[in-house]
Formats: sequence, structure tokens, C-alpha cells
Amino acid sequence: MAEPALSIRGLTKVYGNGFHALKGIDLDVEQGDFFALLGPNGAGKSTTLGVVCSLVQKTAGRVSIFGIDIDRDFARAKYHLGVVPQEFNFNQFEKVIDIVLAQAGYYGMPRSEALPRAEQLLKDLGLWDKRNGSARMLSGGMKRRLMIARALMHRPKLLILDEPTAGVDIELRRSMWEYMRRINREEGTTIILTTHYLEEAESLCRNVAIINHGEIVRNTGVRELLAELDTETFLLDLSRPVEQVPHVEGFEVHKVEGAQLAVVVHRGQRLNDVFAALGEQGIEVVSMRNRANRLEEMFVSMVEQGNEMQRELDGAEVSK
Amino acid sequence: MSAAQIAIALWTLVLKEIKRFTRIWPQTLLPPSITMAMYFIIFGSLIGPRIGEMDGFSYMDFIVPGLIMMAVITNSYSNVASSFFSNKFQRSVEEMMVSPMPNWVILAGFVLGGMARGLGVGAIVTLVSLFFTRISVAHPLLTLGVVVLTAALFSIGGFINALLADKFDDVSIVPTFVLTPLTYLGGVFYSISLLPTFWQNVSLLNPILYMVNVFRHGFLGISDIPVGWALTAIFAFIIVLFAIALWMLERGKGIRS
Repeated sequence: MAEPALSIRGLTKVYGNGFHALKGIDLDVEQGDFFALLGPNGAGKSTTLGVVCSLVQKTAGRVSIFGIDIDRDFARAKYHLGVVPQEFNFNQFEKVIDIVLAQAGYYGMPRSEALPRAEQLLKDLGLWDKRNGSARMLSGGMKRRLMIARALMHRPKLLILDEPTAGVDIELRRSMWEYMRRINREEGTTIILTTHYLEEAESLCRNVAIINHGEIVRNTGVRELLAELDTETFLLDLSRPVEQVPHVEGFEVHKVEGAQLAVVVHRGQRLNDVFAALGEQGIEVVSMRNRANRLEEMFVSMVEQGNEMQRELDGAEVSK
Repeated sequence: MSAAQIAIALWTLVLKEIKRFTRIWPQTLLPPSITMAMYFIIFGSLIGPRIGEMDGFSYMDFIVPGLIMMAVITNSYSNVASSFFSNKFQRSVEEMMVSPMPNWVILAGFVLGGMARGLGVGAIVTLVSLFFTRISVAHPLLTLGVVVLTAALFSIGGFINALLADKFDDVSIVPTFVLTPLTYLGGVFYSISLLPTFWQNVSLLNPILYMVNVFRHGFLGISDIPVGWALTAIFAFIIVLFAIALWMLERGKGIRS
């Protein structure tokens, strides 16, 4: 059986101020996996990844990357590792191209190999036109993509993404998701992702670990985890507005706007009972959808429609 | 990493450092040229003739080696101190830490970058001095050797300062309150033979005095102190400080939590 991409055993970290950030965690991430590490702020996600990347010194425990113990040969293990941190950590005054080429140089990659690799990555991530500009002139989303390009320069087999889409607009987040899916699927890159957006983990990852107070509290498949969700909120579009929130026995109902209701459905409850109760009160449901991602879907659709209209206009301009 | 990969990594770092200080040349290369030109005009051309000879040389000829050395010391030190601290501040030092580059390559890269600026500024100041006097070098190899060693020593010092610094103020304290006074009192503008015996002995505790004097000996063939002893001391300081800086880097002092 292949070695795990990442294997952690008994990892402990106690900071100088006595804070017990990690309390002996065990974790395995298989090769080729798209893995989410979830948890609230201060739970220990970044400390765990910091130890793996050598930015944090562990107090105890063992960490292996593709079977290479970091205590024995960290330099060799680091060749397999690409890191996209949460905060921008490049020199803002350097040119975009210089930042990615320098990273290749740190891994001992000859310039003849680094130049075409940089071109390919910057084109893939939509930064090629900005290559000779200073990094500080990039937008927030572009800076995040720059860090992804930089992390991929040396072709790592394990990519660590620490909240890569924090503060990124929805359209860009979607395109970044697509890119991550592609490198995971086509290049077999193992990806470990930390995020606060649960829909991001739901959309991208196959397996998930939840860390809280320095301990792994769940480590399972994303589908299995979702199946355990107790409640789900549905939005019901009505044929006409309602004055008051209708009473539905056993269900929590809110009015979102005049002709739309939100119904919280717990596990074991039946939606048919909602429809029946509303029907008895003369309220007709026209359509229904899950609340999650609705706004995002609408936004992406609007943007795509806008892009399509723009393309049509551009085409008409050219044909004149 | 293989030897070839280490060479690429080191060259990448050195080139990056050189690009940094040349990109901001109005802050790094221009000011020392102007300041030193002022020293040459005021002390060398205006006041110098009234002072007369110093150790058998015109005052202008006497201060030229000291001023060149002063520029090398301050620029080597400040380059590494500000560049590495800036890397810490912007967290771009993490780029290096997550890479397989050995710590000694990181240290050597910054030190060579600092030396490049120190020696570059030294060369510029030398060129400026040619507008005021004719330079002859009595011992070229010794002159080159001591200036290279001094640039290395103060670059390492700047690196240690940056590792220990928590804020920008911390990287300006040593140059302002330690380096500048020691340089001024290190025989740049006078021969310590002018001082009373007590102050001569106190001056011998100033390490910069040895560097300035050996450098001046390289130019003019005169020195207040034994040249061989001074070279040995500089070399020993380099080894000790390099070992301390490397040890701090291995321990993650100031860069790892």
C-alpha cells in the first residue's frame, strides 16, 4: 500500500506562553486525496500545517510526508510540499515574475526549466499579463493566485492551502475551485485545504477532519459527514405574498420576503407535512430550493450572463 | 540538495538581494555618494589644508581610506539588517523556510548581498574621491582582502540584528548608537597617536579601528596597529559571528514560533 501523503502521529505543540495548541493529534491523508481540515479560529489548524511546513516547531510527535520523516530528512520532504498560506507572504515590491522565479531557484530549479513553468502557471492563473508589474499592484484575488502559482513552481505532490479563498469574490472563488479540482484530478496532486466556508469543503473535498481545541474530533468522508447534518433550510417561493408567517406544527418557519418562506427541516421530518399544512391555509408553493449557495449560484449565473452578453457585443463590434 | 541545486539557490538569493538594493538606488547608492562627497569637500578640501599633514600624508589622503571603509561598514550592515527584517515583517522569509534550502545558504545569500552593496558603495565612494585627490594603493591585495572581510563581518552583524529585531526601530538602533560612534572614533578622521596614552589604549578596544587602520595601511602603507594581528582578529570575528547567526537560524530565533 502506498505511503500516505501526510502522516501525523501524536503531534503536540505547546507555545512559550504555555498555550497547548495541539494535544497529540493523529492524522493520515492518502495520496491523491482532496482533504479538508476544518475548525473554528484558534482550533489548531494553522499550527498543524505550520509544523508540516516547518514554520512552527513541534513540541512532540512525528510527521511524515510521503513516508519521509521530517525529523530525519526535512529537506527531501520539502520537495514534495507546496504551501499557500492564509496571509500574503511575498515581497510586495517585487515583480510577479521575479517572485515565482525566485521560488523555483530556492528549490534548485535551473532557470531554463523555471521560465517555461512560470509562463505556464501564470497563464493558467490569469497573471501572465501582470508578470512585469509590482506584486503590490495586484488585486487581492490576483495576489492569492500568485501564491498558488508560486507554490506550484516546483511541482509539489502535496499542496497545502490555508484558507485560500478568504475574502475572495464569488466568481473568482469558483474559478479557483475549478483550478484546484483540475490539478487534483489531472496531476494527482494531493490537496489539504483549511477553510471557513463549509460549502467549499463540501464542494471540493472527499475527506475531512474537524479539529477543535487542539484535538481531532472527527475524521471521516465529506458525504458521511453531510449525511449526519441534523437540519436543512429550504426556501419556498409562494404564488402570492403572505401577510403573516403561517403556523406549521413542528416546523420553524420564517418569512424571508413577501412571497418567500424559509422552513427549517430537522432530520426525520417530512416536507410533505409542510406542503399539506400550507395547503390547508390556502398557501400555494410554486418552487423550492435548498438555501445553501443560492445567492452564489445566482451571482455566478448573472456574471456568466453578463460575460456572455459582453462577448456577443465584442463579436458584433468586430463584425462591423 | 545537490551541489548544483545549492549553487542555484544561493545565486537566486544573492541576485534577489542585488536587485533589491539597485531597484531602490536613490535610497541605497545615491545618499552615501553625496554624504561622502560632502566629507571630501568640507574636511578634505576646506579644513584639510589648515590641519596640515597627518602621519606624513595630506589630510585628504589620510581620510579617503577611512571614509571608504566607513561607507562599506554602514552599507553592509544596513543592507542585511533592513532586507532580512523586511522579509520577516512581510513574512516573505517563509518562502525560504518552506523550501529545502539549508540555513547556511540563506545566511550566506544575505551576507553576500550585503557585501555586494557594501563593496559597491565603497567603489562609488572611491570614484567620488578621485575628483578630490589621486589615489595610490601601496598593498592592493591587502586592501582588497580587508575590505572584503570587513563587508562580510558587518553583513553578518546586520543579519543577527535583523533576527533579533521585533520592530523597524530595532534595526536602526545599532547603526545609530553603536556603529556610527565607533566608526567616528575608529581613526577615520585622525591618527590615534594624537590622543593621550589613556585614550589611545581605550581606542584599541574599538574593533573598527583595526579595520580602518589595516585598510589605510593597504592604501598608504601606514598603520597605528600591527596588520597581521588585525587581520586575524577580523577573520576570527567572522567565524564566531557566522556560527552564532547560523545557530540562531537553526533554532528559528525570531522567525519560527
